[in-house]
Amino acid sequence: MSFSLFAAQASFPLLPLLIAIPVLAAIVLLATPAKYTKYVALFGALASGALSFYMLVQFDPAMGTMQFEESYELLPALGLSWSFGVDGISLFLVVLTGILFPITLVATKPSHDPKSYHMFIMLLMTGAMGAFLSKDLLLFFLFFEIVLVPMYFLIGGWGHGDRVYAAMKFFLYTMAASALMLVGIVSLAVLAQEDTGEKITFDVVELAENHNVSGTAATLIFLSFALAFMVKVPVFPVHTWLPNAHTEAPTAGSVILAGVMLKLGTYGFLRFGLYLFPNAMRDLAPIFLTLGVAGIVYGAAVATMQRDLKRLVAYSSVAHMGFIVLGIFAFNSQGLQGSVLQMVNHGISTGALFILVGWIYERRHTRQISQLGGLQKSAPVMAAIFTLVMLSSVGLPGLNGFPGEFLILLGGFSSARWWTVIAVTGVILAALYLLWAYQRVFHGPAEGENAEMEDVKPTEFLAIAPLLVLIVFMGVYPKPVLDRIEPSVDVLIDHVENKSDGDFKESEPKQLERVGTSGLIDAAEKAHKKHKEEKESHGSGDSESSEGEHS
Amino acid sequence: MLELVWLIPAFPLLGFILLTAFGSKLGEPMAGWLATIASLGSFISTVLVFFALKDLPAQERFHVESLFTWIKAGSFSVDMGFLADPLSITMCLFITGVGTLIHLYSIGYMHGDKNFSKFFVYLNLFVFSMLLLVLGDNLLLTFLGWEGVGACSYLLISFWFTDEANASAGKKAFVTNRVGDFGFMLATFLVFTSFSSINYADIVAGSSELSAGTATAIVLLFLLAASGKSAQLPLFVWLPDAMAGPTPVSALIHAATMVTSGVFLLTRLNPILAQADVWATGTIAWVGAITALVAATAAVAQNDIKKVLAYSTVSQLGYLFLAVGVGGYVAALFHMITHAFFKALLFLGSGSVIHGMHDEQDMRKMGGLKAFMPITGFTFILGWLAIAGVPPFSGFWSKDEILAYAWNADGVGGKGLWVIGLLTALLTAFYMTRQVILTFFGRTRFYDATPQELAHAHSAKMAASPGISENDTTEFPLVVEQQYVTALSEAPETDEVDEYLPASYRDRQEYVPHESPWTMTAPLVILAALSVTAGVINLPFSKDLHFLGHWLEPSLFANEAHLELSAATKWILAIVAIAIACTALAAAGAVYLRGKYPPEKIERKILADAWRIDSSYAAFFGGPGRMLFVVLTWFDKTVIDGGVRGVAKVSSLFGSGLRVTQSGYIRHYALGISVGSLLVAVWFVTRLFQ
Repeated sequence: MSFSLFAAQASFPLLPLLIAIPVLAAIVLLATPAKYTKYVALFGALASGALSFYMLVQFDPAMGTMQFEESYELLPALGLSWSFGVDGISLFLVVLTGILFPITLVATKPSHDPKSYHMFIMLLMTGAMGAFLSKDLLLFFLFFEIVLVPMYFLIGGWGHGDRVYAAMKFFLYTMAASALMLVGIVSLAVLAQEDTGEKITFDVVELAENHNVSGTAATLIFLSFALAFMVKVPVFPVHTWLPNAHTEAPTAGSVILAGVMLKLGTYGFLRFGLYLFPNAMRDLAPIFLTLGVAGIVYGAAVATMQRDLKRLVAYSSVAHMGFIVLGIFAFNSQGLQGSVLQMVNHGISTGALFILVGWIYERRHTRQISQLGGLQKSAPVMAAIFTLVMLSSVGLPGLNGFPGEFLILLGGFSSARWWTVIAVTGVILAALYLLWAYQRVFHGPAEGENAEMEDVKPTEFLAIAPLLVLIVFMGVYPKPVLDRIEPSVDVLIDHVENKSDGDFKESEPKQLERVGTSGLIDAAEKAHKKHKEEKESHGSGDSESSEGEHS
Repeated sequence: MLELVWLIPAFPLLGFILLTAFGSKLGEPMAGWLATIASLGSFISTVLVFFALKDLPAQERFHVESLFTWIKAGSFSVDMGFLADPLSITMCLFITGVGTLIHLYSIGYMHGDKNFSKFFVYLNLFVFSMLLLVLGDNLLLTFLGWEGVGACSYLLISFWFTDEANASAGKKAFVTNRVGDFGFMLATFLVFTSFSSINYADIVAGSSELSAGTATAIVLLFLLAASGKSAQLPLFVWLPDAMAGPTPVSALIHAATMVTSGVFLLTRLNPILAQADVWATGTIAWVGAITALVAATAAVAQNDIKKVLAYSTVSQLGYLFLAVGVGGYVAALFHMITHAFFKALLFLGSGSVIHGMHDEQDMRKMGGLKAFMPITGFTFILGWLAIAGVPPFSGFWSKDEILAYAWNADGVGGKGLWVIGLLTALLTAFYMTRQVILTFFGRTRFYDATPQELAHAHSAKMAASPGISENDTTEFPLVVEQQYVTALSEAPETDEVDEYLPASYRDRQEYVPHESPWTMTAPLVILAALSVTAGVINLPFSKDLHFLGHWLEPSLFANEAHLELSAATKWILAIVAIAIACTALAAAGAVYLRGKYPPEKIERKILADAWRIDSSYAAFFGGPGRMLFVVLTWFDKTVIDGGVRGVAKVSSLFGSGLRVTQSGYIRHYALGISVGSLLVAVWFVTRLFQ
């Protein structure tokens, strides 16, 4: 047992630190007076967030494989190892986690018992970071399950309304669905070991490269993974824990749930589904495409009829996550890159929406749309922010919601055309439910308490400002992000093509030589000649104007 | 100079950014002036680019200026790239030109509004988006502009948001346009799978290899997109409602520029249209023709001064679709330009009337305003003559060109398109004459007591006269129905109830309709001059006078239809058109000025309701459509979630036997997991240091 440290670019264990800092913060919080817990938590979140930025800067954009790998074998006989890595697929999810947690801490406050509240948030951050950074299947499973605990306590302890029911539903539903995944993980490792005859391993890269598990076994193991991921995403029809959990959760819980935790499901499909079981994924694709597209239309339709603003946003997540599922099962570069991008952008937009809804609730003590109205008059700044975030969520080009959604649909159109045609109707519905909600909440005459609602406070504005900047930046210039996602997606696609039975659908259209203006000029000249000939044949003579002769 | 094409959108973008940051500090009127200067800078840049382009040989008038790669994934890549060619620069010229005039006008019109600077924020953002739409060198950048103008339209229609009607109209515009976007996105995907690129240059170069079937599908999907943005059947319903926005917005966005985007898009894609089946382009022509006729009939029966112009815009846009469908691209662009001038003029004129009339929009309460607002009246009359198709005003020339192409296009429905076009011309001249007479001629009806006021006064009097029973209507006939108003109609008798008339009536007597300030009238004068003279850019008498045609030729790649008409045919068509216009003018004069025929026989309810198309949609989506959503929501709650709860119930029944070890309290499970994972973690860590 040796200490094997493969630091790619950093000379210190960067990835373990990203995970460890929030734990340390949680431990320090134990001994911190309640008054200062917020600052300790914020410090921890900021430190981890800053490190994630450092990682982003140091990340080699040209490399498609894992970077900053840290690996230590714990019990080789059992194949247990402590192994982390990051690539273009997980990179921005880690950074998103690093951004959303500090923002959440500034933008929201607990109703009581700040100490435990902040501890749970730090533990959540640990779990999220760990899940995105784990290279080892067992380790991933550990973190995947761990996040449930603090979230359960956050909803149950600091939530609203029927919070205990919501927390229990959330916990039982997601835990029951992921129980089988552990069986799947162990089966896969054992079967792979029997096959290769080498020592057992849970390392996802090694397993993906070497395992020969196929046929029914592979399908069954994939399904055990898929069930856990489907509930987490959530995919229609296993989504009903989400509206309860989101609605009753405190604002911080909703922001993190939507921004980070739902992504564990779609990330799982990419990293552990497609990577390990390309054939099973392909065989079952029609089912998942159907469920994903159904979620888009269904989530939007149900969102339209919600009376509770927060519930409406929750259902909009069902629709948005459906797009990501569609992109993953498109199995091509545009679809996969679009999905990764959309995971990040959905976190930004929906996170911001939940923060805004939380502010409204804090001020008006209601989320019932019918009791709100005309808020644009009393809170013009909040209305302006809401408008921007809403347009981003609707997928307006130029804002962050668009590039991912567009790439998903473009990729989907190449490989799953008719599913995509239906998915595009979701674009119409998204405008319907959000604009209608906006109209009822912000437009119209303001009466009673609505007329006196307080506008956004300076600290609140500062908290949400980074998200607003990202909404514009990621819409106008997503290229640096896509540049870093692309090599990893290419590696994944290559791997899938090598590993699959050979008839894996290559739906990438042929590369075309760009013609630029020369093509236009050629075409114009050709057309001009044709024009002239036709004119002459019609005997109407040449009637070239003076401007045409200029040269 | 050509490389400076990016300056064209940069000016309004800079204006938008500055106004967002400092607009409320600048306040009125500086914020308005800043926005106007930004738009003017854009216009000047366009003119410079125009001359630079003109200096090139005709077939080399293409310049692509790429700023950076916008979205790239796999083989898909699009740039923030601007294409300067005759088509895009023509669009830019009138967008920035008319745009600047409307900015200037708005300084006067929005005077005193508490969101003065915000209005100009949106206006500059709109101009920026519109310029991206026409300058984009690929479909996606055009889509960015396309959606950007849609968002600005939404924000500006619901600008006065405290009124529910305005808010609804804004939402309706956006959502209806999204139906069109469905077509735009699918068409873009189809273009990408067919051409492996969505750059216009690649589309032009590769179009000859496109199969007719694919081309037809692409054209029909883009037609759906275009009929959303350009308010054609079946998606035109948002535009009449969009008049809820401030009048400069109606002039700029909902008449002169944004609503022409659909026509621009189809013109830009002329190489694909050329490959499509004839019935696909025929569909474009027929959609345009039918929309033109339907909207013109609706315009005849509107009483709101802006609603007349709204339906008129839908109808005129129909002409443009008709022209594009029969391959008359130059005619479409020609009419688009003249329409931008005269329709912007008419809208701004109506805005000036509304402004001078204490926010009154009902033409039945106007009349004789020429005396109160000489400049507005005079310029409005010039705009009327231009749209009515009276020579030598600009509208005559451009409309005549479209009618000639319609006559020429036997392939897609014989002379039917021409007949509908002519019928629409007749109606256009009629309803515009009606509008001018009701607004500017005849007796001033502004001071009359309204039916509501009279009814109020009668009941007040009745309450005050104890001797008369409430049912006794013989003594005080209640005049609740608004009578049909012509320029000749008498003022309602008020002597008997004079002292009971409400305060609104008395207040109005103190008010005198007034002419607008110079910032509003100067744009009117300039637009009026353009409306009169713009015909010279493409006169039919000699090929040498086809300036616009020659200028646009490189962008059309010989896909323009050939007009195979003899000079005699053209003369006859023109004379028929003039005769039709004169007949309509005379008829409207007879009805509204001389009272020869009762107007209520013409202004039917079904016309006022625009053939009940909008209300049918509302009934469907409010009824069965909403029902479907309600059922889905019920299904989610009862079936899907109910199933889950059912499973939970059953398992808890089974589980109750095992209660000894399983407490059933989640917090115990959660605690267990926490402790367990903590132990695992501790174990992991200890292994680290062995």
